[in-house]
Amino acid sequence: MSSLAQKKGFGAVIWDYLTTVDHKKIAILYLISGGFFFLVGGLEAMMIRIQLMKAGNDFLSAGLYNEMITMHGTTMIFLAAMPILLAFMNAIMPLQIGARDVAFPFLNSLGFWLFFFGGIFLNLSWFMGGAPDAGWTNYASLALASEGHGIDFYSLGLTISGFGTLIAGINFLVTIINMRAPGMTYMRMPLFTWTTFVASALILLAFPPLTVGLFFMVFDRMFGANFFVVEMGGNTIIWEHLFWIFGHPEVYILILPAFGIFSEIFAIFSRKRLFGYTALVFATILIGFYGFMVWAHHMFTVGLGPTANAVFALATMIIAVPTGIKIFNWLLTIWGGSIKFTVPMVYAIAFIPSFVAGGVTGVMQAIAPLDYQLHDSYFIVAHFHYVIVGGVVLAILAGTHLYWPKMFGTMLSEKLGMVTFWTFFIGFHLTFFIQHFLGLLGMPRRVYTFGADQGWDLFNAISSLGALFMAIGVIVLLINVVITSVKNVRVGNDPWEDGRTLEWAIPSPPPFYNFAQTPLVRGLDTYWIEKMEGNKEGMVYAEPIGDVHMPNGSIIPLIMSFGMFVASFGALYFQDDTKPWALAVLIIGLGITFGSMLVRSLKDDLGFHITKEELLEDAKRGGNTDGLK
Amino acid sequence: MAHDTPEKIRSHAEHEFLKKKRNTEMRHQLTSFAIMIFLTLIAFTMVAAGFSAYLIVPIILLLAAVQVVLQLYHFMHLSNKGHGTVAFFMFSGMFVAFITILALVTIVWW
Repeated sequence: MSSLAQKKGFGAVIWDYLTTVDHKKIAILYLISGGFFFLVGGLEAMMIRIQLMKAGNDFLSAGLYNEMITMHGTTMIFLAAMPILLAFMNAIMPLQIGARDVAFPFLNSLGFWLFFFGGIFLNLSWFMGGAPDAGWTNYASLALASEGHGIDFYSLGLTISGFGTLIAGINFLVTIINMRAPGMTYMRMPLFTWTTFVASALILLAFPPLTVGLFFMVFDRMFGANFFVVEMGGNTIIWEHLFWIFGHPEVYILILPAFGIFSEIFAIFSRKRLFGYTALVFATILIGFYGFMVWAHHMFTVGLGPTANAVFALATMIIAVPTGIKIFNWLLTIWGGSIKFTVPMVYAIAFIPSFVAGGVTGVMQAIAPLDYQLHDSYFIVAHFHYVIVGGVVLAILAGTHLYWPKMFGTMLSEKLGMVTFWTFFIGFHLTFFIQHFLGLLGMPRRVYTFGADQGWDLFNAISSLGALFMAIGVIVLLINVVITSVKNVRVGNDPWEDGRTLEWAIPSPPPFYNFAQTPLVRGLDTYWIEKMEGNKEGMVYAEPIGDVHMPNGSIIPLIMSFGMFVASFGALYFQDDTKPWALAVLIIGLGITFGSMLVRSLKDDLGFHITKEELLEDAKRGGNTDGLK
Repeated sequence: MAHDTPEKIRSHAEHEFLKKKRNTEMRHQLTSFAIMIFLTLIAFTMVAAGFSAYLIVPIILLLAAVQVVLQLYHFMHLSNKGHGTVAFFMFSGMFVAFITILALVTIVWW
């Protein structure tokens, strides 16, 4: 069987994506579905801002508003930001370390489909009797009192998509530990690979507490357990602890890959080696550890007592140190560089002041007595949007521009990119800067409206206007994507001309086997070293050209995840007396999942080989054929 | 694959070296086994002697921690070469779990 490609019909392309285990295609799936959920979450944000546009507005009812804020937060964190970052990790990290795929291609696909079905399940709540409405933190007493099935959608949906994320994290860890090309020592790994590594370790350690918390929640709501029910001897605070033991590392899972993307951008477009590479690596690891030691700063006003508050306040302030190290290293990377102001670079430069602003308000809130004043006000809303939009979303937009050619083989328009940047950036500051002052003026979070006599009208109107700008920026980005795809101007290996790491040494998009020969890594910024020495091929090889072993595609991950999706409906309606079929659905769903696991275990699937001749043939055609599998 | 495992033929020196290495390993295992028995004896004696629970509990927990480390290094071969990453992740995980449990014990249940 020839494993190299022919022209394919539309149906074949769809089937190819449904069954793919190729990390680059899974990356595209993550990007598309994460992008879709990003639009959904953005739409919810617009609804919120329309409702708060003027005093006493009745665009949304109070209950619907609660659902809106809950779903906005949940969608943006779990279904948009994290999957889009996972898309970049999937697309780029294996290329950066010179690997042909991730360690477990099948699991990679399974992780994606679990996330996808979890996300769909969660969002189906809108059409099936109401979305969750207890905030994205889902505090237990409020959640347990919530009527309808919204909270059940939340806990079941997040359980499934959480499995997916956990699988992805473990997969990346194993890949980075075991599959680095010869010569790629830990201290030669590009910073994006390093941040992927640390973020994956955080996923590994942080998701289990969330899963435990969600299990307790499911048991409390569906089977009448009393983990969080105070009058039955439970403890409602334990949910808060479990949630934030997960939740604080979670924000580092988001921001560390963002830091990685920006580190790559600063080095590429300053055309300089990263300043203080070692310090950046150790700061990343340190932030990873601190992430687990500070969760109670989300709970200062719960009444943990002065000792606990003091300990967590100090621990929180320490985080500013490694983060500061990073900021200074980036500044010194730019300093004296031969800077090119491309779209990714402009995002990266805009990121520094925006993120520092968010960091500074973060340290303010670390002071427990001050936090008593700021807690649950719009100041908090402003703070976390400054770090998440100013850090993570800017990184996602920058990364989209930076890695688009590597993922799709075309360049996004720089001109439209600049339009997106300016509208989004201005809109972002317009929306959230003023919310600091709304908070200081006393406006509480999570209220669906306010009175005309409270003096918050003007600031809220300005904030809503800013949100409109952000929406325009995103729409321009979508237009940019469409125009670029229609024009379809193909680009070469290194479209930014100053690529430093291995992914820029191979065609865009790379052939499905990535590297015909495993590269030999001779130092940090591998490709840059080769370029500087005049090596036209862009890399030296660690092995002669030979047969390459590749995994077969499989539909089983999709079926396995679909089984979980079906089973969730059974679990959801399990307690309803009017729906006696729920138990059957639960059993059928689990049957599908375990059945497909059984098939996977019993059926040998040894993959296939690409022969040396096919590789040579492919290299003659430019080496960027898309695989059949 | 099993069929392409090359047959190993060891030289005399290699043989002697392996023998010596295994001897050392065995000695370490026996030593740590003896230490573990001794730790257990301490634990039982303390309880039997009827000391205060506030003394016994932390000491037993400490002994348990020592025993876990001995177990990992001398019986589960964590000391062998190439286990650095594994050890790093295990201890990171233990550290995170320890902090979590410590915090929950001190601020929620105490």
